[in-house]
Amino acid sequence: MEQKIAIKVDDLTVAYNYKPVLWDIDLMVPEGVLMAIVGPNGAGKSTLIKAILGIIKPIAGSVTIYDKPYNKQRKLVAYVPQKGSVDWDFPTTAVDVVMMGTYGKLGWIKRPGQKEKKAALEALEKVGMLAFKNRQISQLSGGQQQRVFLARALVQNAAIYFMDEPFQGVDATTEIAIINILKELRKAGKTVVVVHHDLQTVPEYFDWVTFLNVKKIATGPVKEIFNDDNLTKTYGINYKVAVNK
Amino acid sequence: MNITEYFELLFTDYTLRTITLGTAVLGAICGMLGSFAVLRKQSLLGDAISHAALPGIAIAFLITGTKDSNILLLGALISGLVGTFWIRGMITKTHLKSDTALGLVLSLFFGFGMLLLTFIQKQPNANQAGLDKYLFGQAATLVESDVRLMVIVTGIALFIMLLFWKEFKLLLFDADYTKTLGFNTKLIDVLITFFIVLAIVLGLQTVGVVLMSAMLLAPAAAARQWTNNLGTMVFLAAIFGAFSGVVGTAVSASQNNLSTGPVIVLIAAVFVLFSFIFSPGRGLLFREIRFRQNRRDLHLKKTLQFMYGIAKTHENSSHPHAIRILNNFHGFTKGTLRKLEEKEWIEISGQQWSLTSEGFTEARDLYNQQKKDE
Repeated sequence: MEQKIAIKVDDLTVAYNYKPVLWDIDLMVPEGVLMAIVGPNGAGKSTLIKAILGIIKPIAGSVTIYDKPYNKQRKLVAYVPQKGSVDWDFPTTAVDVVMMGTYGKLGWIKRPGQKEKKAALEALEKVGMLAFKNRQISQLSGGQQQRVFLARALVQNAAIYFMDEPFQGVDATTEIAIINILKELRKAGKTVVVVHHDLQTVPEYFDWVTFLNVKKIATGPVKEIFNDDNLTKTYGINYKVAVNK
Repeated sequence: MNITEYFELLFTDYTLRTITLGTAVLGAICGMLGSFAVLRKQSLLGDAISHAALPGIAIAFLITGTKDSNILLLGALISGLVGTFWIRGMITKTHLKSDTALGLVLSLFFGFGMLLLTFIQKQPNANQAGLDKYLFGQAATLVESDVRLMVIVTGIALFIMLLFWKEFKLLLFDADYTKTLGFNTKLIDVLITFFIVLAIVLGLQTVGVVLMSAMLLAPAAAARQWTNNLGTMVFLAAIFGAFSGVVGTAVSASQNNLSTGPVIVLIAAVFVLFSFIFSPGRGLLFREIRFRQNRRDLHLKKTLQFMYGIAKTHENSSHPHAIRILNNFHGFTKGTLRKLEEKEWIEISGQQWSLTSEGFTEARDLYNQQKKDE
């Protein structure tokens, strides 16, 4: 059966002050894969996600989600930003943050009600954080904050999930909890794109991978393209990684 | 006039009532909108905007020649907005960091404003005196129409805030995410900033260019200490601001030589100081108390645990042991021993101690709990 293309990126180029951060990226992500974006620091991994989501304006290029421009398909897309991108001392609670995931569907002015609250609590339960629902967010551990962010994206009930380093600075328990949720999402036919740093876990966690270093080096199934050759091309040094085949 | 006389007069004297109402409303709107500025980490934006408003006042006077405060404040609003857009422009279009942009706009506009003020003062125009009241503010010049304007603007700001509460909160917490949800973040941002500028401009006549940012920040900073809920914070900040205004006016009216603006700001600062020390959740005092309590508890538990280790080796857990075998290293002091006795976890007779059965259970649970935590 021909697989549907969930995300299609054409000629995407992003530059900060004349220096290209992403150069002419073409990318096709089939529906239902769990994809890692790997590459060295400064390779533009986060930028790629942000440019796809329209947070950063690219100089050139276009993004389509299920064959339509991203702008028209926003409600199909959920985003988990880097944990460090917000101030966790903000005066609000865990359930309140998760509820923000419902704001997009609500649109302007309309307030969240019981239905939205119920969805938020369900999402908190999925990530094992229900007991912390009324906790002030600064009093959560790093791993718990990451789970709250994940729950906020789950509440959006999207078809495609973008996550920026969800495993950064979390303990082993949280990492396992998160990856189990990601695998569940894939099982439900969702597409998940994750900026990932730990090369060791790529074959175990993901089935699709994109190598990125300003340019796109390679993209495809982990089984076929996650090899020393591509790693060396991406990281610039002779990279040997223990890939268990 | 003393304070009690003042409060008696408040209900009969028209001028006093106008001024008090004006400073109260001003304090409320500043506290409300200041909360947003503080949470966006744009505390200094208020300072830059208020200074940027000065040339607007001078230019409005030069063009119209009137001292009508509404027209002068319109000038202030325009130049305040121009200053704000310059700051934004500098941050997005150049490599300058926001503190540099703020500092540049602040001093540039303020310098230009001062230049115009001195120029106006040298003009042979009797109407000129009084413009410098916008530097340090002069609450006594408030008239009913000024206060009416303040009330109307505060009402509109409140309405807009309640209407877009969800959007404001979202943008304050996570701007990038707001964008991905399909909201026009620029519009929300412009709304928030516009009302902050408006609040500042309204306060210029009362508090003045130089101290205005304190009106914006102090109530919000104080309010943050008392709550972890955004709504409560905004509400408290409005209350603190209004209260600073009323008390400040009362103090300055009852002491002849104190000008109102600085007194209001000082009262607001007292709120901040009090909140920093005495708020239960985040205050310094309670944090220190909690810290000491924890340390004491830890000492106690450490000693108890050590005793448990010794008592465990005996068939009879209440077998007495010499106090001498405990030492400082195990968290033992005379005080902890007495506390343990008070809790009836141990019994002391002469130079000997023995665990009671409660003490034994307590220590055992402590031990198990610790193992579980590991």
